[in-house]
Amino acid sequence: MRKITFAALACFFQVLAAFSQETKDTVYKSRKLKTEEINFVSGYYHQNGDHSAVTGGIGTEKLTDLSNTIEVKLVRSDRRNNDHSLNIELGIDHYSSASSDKIDPSTISSPSHADTRIYPSVGYTIKNQHNFSIGLTGSASNEFDYHSWGAGLNIGKSSPDNNTDFNLKLQAYWDSWKLIYPIELRPPGYGTGGEDGGPVIWTPRNSYSASFSFSRVINARMQVSLLLDLITQNGMLATNYQRVYFDNNTAKPELLPDSRFKLPVGIRFNWFLPGEVILRSYYRYYSDNWGLKAHTAELEAPVKLSPFFSISPFYRFYWQDQADYFAPYRQHRPGDVFYTSDYDLSRFSSHYFGSSFRWVPANGVFHIGKWNSLELRYGHYMRSNDLNSDMITMALKFK
Amino acid sequence: MKYKHLASVLVLSAVLFGCKPVKQYQKQFINDAEMDLSAKKSQKFETNFQAYREGASGAGGGKTGGGCGCN
Repeated sequence: MRKITFAALACFFQVLAAFSQETKDTVYKSRKLKTEEINFVSGYYHQNGDHSAVTGGIGTEKLTDLSNTIEVKLVRSDRRNNDHSLNIELGIDHYSSASSDKIDPSTISSPSHADTRIYPSVGYTIKNQHNFSIGLTGSASNEFDYHSWGAGLNIGKSSPDNNTDFNLKLQAYWDSWKLIYPIELRPPGYGTGGEDGGPVIWTPRNSYSASFSFSRVINARMQVSLLLDLITQNGMLATNYQRVYFDNNTAKPELLPDSRFKLPVGIRFNWFLPGEVILRSYYRYYSDNWGLKAHTAELEAPVKLSPFFSISPFYRFYWQDQADYFAPYRQHRPGDVFYTSDYDLSRFSSHYFGSSFRWVPANGVFHIGKWNSLELRYGHYMRSNDLNSDMITMALKFK
Repeated sequence: MKYKHLASVLVLSAVLFGCKPVKQYQKQFINDAEMDLSAKKSQKFETNFQAYREGASGAGGGKTGGGCGCN
């Protein structure tokens, strides 16, 4: 009996010893490039309101947008056990906008009343055994009146115990967009913006940002992340087909400064409470040199009804003070240097609430082994200046 | 106001630097997919529309540039 006990104990310690010897250097990793996961996300958005910027702060803001993206993540490891990951993403949006149709109401189909945006991106990251990572990203975006090119550099460092992370992301976008004017405000000889509609000017808009994030595991159930972005934009920041009506009943295209500096600071705090409930919280303070200040607070509470199914009600509150250059319809003075009646820059508060459902069955969704998860999310948005919208999103993950 | 900022910094410092080390085998809650500190994939489009419909963006909430979004 004693012999058997000793033999069992020896066997147990042998297994433990085998695990303890398994360091990062000896763990076998496939060096071939393999697909780690594929994500499909599809969303439908609908909004309605009565303060369209195209018609000077009055009129319909009805808009629908159908968005789809596919993201493929490929990974491999090299001889030095560095982890390489390649992310390839393609997004396609199609929108139709009643307000944009008012650029030239006399035409059945004026420029930009409906459009398709295509935006591919690719990212490559290498992470070494000392938890240092570096990566590059490239992106493009194309729509009827707008082209954008983007490039980014990511640098990250995690502590040896993976309890602390620091990330820096530098990002630049070089955009150009077609200047389209409302029909009655077009300079003589200037084009409509449509195909064969005459000469038009393309103008640049550039955005540069540095994003810092610092994440920390507080204890076995809590973690926190601090976020800071420094963003600067220059070029054509106004939307020329948005009208502004002055108090003397004249009208001009919107005019805004050609530079903007934004400073958002955020914090995320997640807490796995006892009883299979998680609290996901987020707060952001935002300020820019156009005089706009904003607070955002968000709370989501995923409840794990089973190991495979969770339901997550969420609520988001947002408040902003208006930009210095905003005034409603016919309240700008002719002497104003800059002017806009875009209610996205007005003073308002908003509430966004809804729920998401996440299903991650052990044997795959509908017993399809590689279909890892299915998530559905619905939210309703209410803005204090009468803009309402609904959004439904479906996210599928294959592994 | 100055004291309010000082208090915030102190509380934040206490939270960040007063953490106890968590071993890998103790991370079954931290590693749960719902505990991820980034936004969910299903939030991708809603953070975009919020960045279009509101003046603020960035710091983990919506894009900071690229593409128009002016409709």
